[in-house]
Amino acid sequence: MTIKELQDEIVEEFSMLTDWMDRYSLLIELGNELVDFEEAHRVDQNLIEGCQSKVWLHAWLEEGNIRFMADSDAIIVKGIVALLIRVLDNRPPDEILNADLFFVDKIGLKEHLSPTRSNGLVAMIKQMRMYALAYKTKMEKN
Amino acid sequence: MNYPIDKIRGDFPILSRSVNGRPLVYFDNGATTHTPEPVVRAMDEVYADYNSNIHRGVHTLSNICTEAFEAAREKVRAFINAGSLHEVIFTRGTTESINLVANAFGEAFIQEGDEVVVSGLEHHSNIVPWQLLQSRKGIVLKVIPVMDDGTLNMDAFYGLLSEKTRLVAVAHISNVLGTINPIQEIIKASHERDIPVLIDGAQAIQHTPVDVQALDCDFYAFSGHKLYGPTGIGVLYGKEKWLSAMPPWQGGGEMIQNVSFEKTTFNELPYKFEAGTPDFVGAIGLGAAIDYVSDIGLKHIANYEQELFNYAFSRLSDLGKITFYGTAPQRTSLISFLLDGIHPFDAGTLLDKMGIAVRTGHHCAQPLMKRFGIPGTIRASFGMYNTTHEVDALVAGLVKVRQLFG
Repeated sequence: MTIKELQDEIVEEFSMLTDWMDRYSLLIELGNELVDFEEAHRVDQNLIEGCQSKVWLHAWLEEGNIRFMADSDAIIVKGIVALLIRVLDNRPPDEILNADLFFVDKIGLKEHLSPTRSNGLVAMIKQMRMYALAYKTKMEKN
Repeated sequence: MNYPIDKIRGDFPILSRSVNGRPLVYFDNGATTHTPEPVVRAMDEVYADYNSNIHRGVHTLSNICTEAFEAAREKVRAFINAGSLHEVIFTRGTTESINLVANAFGEAFIQEGDEVVVSGLEHHSNIVPWQLLQSRKGIVLKVIPVMDDGTLNMDAFYGLLSEKTRLVAVAHISNVLGTINPIQEIIKASHERDIPVLIDGAQAIQHTPVDVQALDCDFYAFSGHKLYGPTGIGVLYGKEKWLSAMPPWQGGGEMIQNVSFEKTTFNELPYKFEAGTPDFVGAIGLGAAIDYVSDIGLKHIANYEQELFNYAFSRLSDLGKITFYGTAPQRTSLISFLLDGIHPFDAGTLLDKMGIAVRTGHHCAQPLMKRFGIPGTIRASFGMYNTTHEVDALVAGLVKVRQLFG
């Protein structure tokens, strides 16, 4: 599936939940189900410290695609992190750099990505794109 | 006399709005309080009727505006029982008041190697200005440790006072724990050693009567927007003996007497510390807020809030699996807590969906969070317009948060 198709799928999943409680229940569920973050990568270098919550992001290159592993101390943030990983993990750098992340707005979570929320999510997306740019440059050099 | 809660709530239009489809329950008064209609009206009137720059023109409007501004200063003076109008300086808020002292008092009276004593429960606003002074002049910052219940370790405090101590700067009431610090004792002990004391009154001025002469504090700082007044205006009370001896901090209009390129002389107090056009509209609004609070009576408000606090603490305790931060015998106005196993950001986000406004996070007191080894807390802070029904809504909200976490 393309990044767009994955986002459409998420939007559809959330559109079935009209009550905010159900949406947040799903986020909490997604947060709990996120693949365990490997403790070896829980280092300051991978820490994105928001004012309200922390996010850890680790990235590596695998057969031309960028892989992400992430975690947060707040479950709702972790749920959104899980969605971002579902959309952007295992993609070539260009796709990540050019991705229009429309799903966040469409499922009513835009407030969590406003710069003033300072939960680390905005910085996380920025960091994901930075990794994409860095690996792209590295691949072009080789 | 019964507390006129319905009338009070009616004076605050914002309290009848809804948030996320639910009636607003506002428990973030420690961050800012709402503004009653008489305050908004007073400021509207300035713009509609007599707006003009103060202390400048000979024209009628300038005179009316100047008089209103100075009348607001008198209201502040009377509210805190300062000895003189010279001792009441308008600032942008508590933070600027403390920065003013750190800069001007720091310039004149604190030298390299001298010590300033603060406490471990201070807001960043009463830590960072001293750290800036530390990096400018090489002063030493000493910290009174905080006990497990959120009180200050007073034995340690006495041990910190030395011949090199030039100032003690502590909060009247903790913005995270609600602890009422023993400031009388701190002031008395410091004065016995000729050490002046600054009190950060940001969380106290709206909850408890403050008499700066009875306290005998040397400086007292607070903000208008936490006292049901507008944002952008605050007060520094300072004893005249210190203020006179302190050099100006910021330069500009208003604070000068004569300017030439050879020599500039400065205006008298309090204008020496009010460079540039002050926020006279804000000051007039603050004056109206003081009138509003005084009409109800701060003691009356304090009693009502204490009852609300007791009710909230008992209801929250009944929830179980909840940890309170700050259990000092003398505390007021706010409750900091965590639901076991639930991150404060998650709880705050879900409460917001239910129309309930609380503060979550480190409350600009990271050293204190570190002291307790937590990322932050949920803080419910009360104001004069909160009700037991709202406390019930908060408790019901927290029950729902728990349900969502399964």
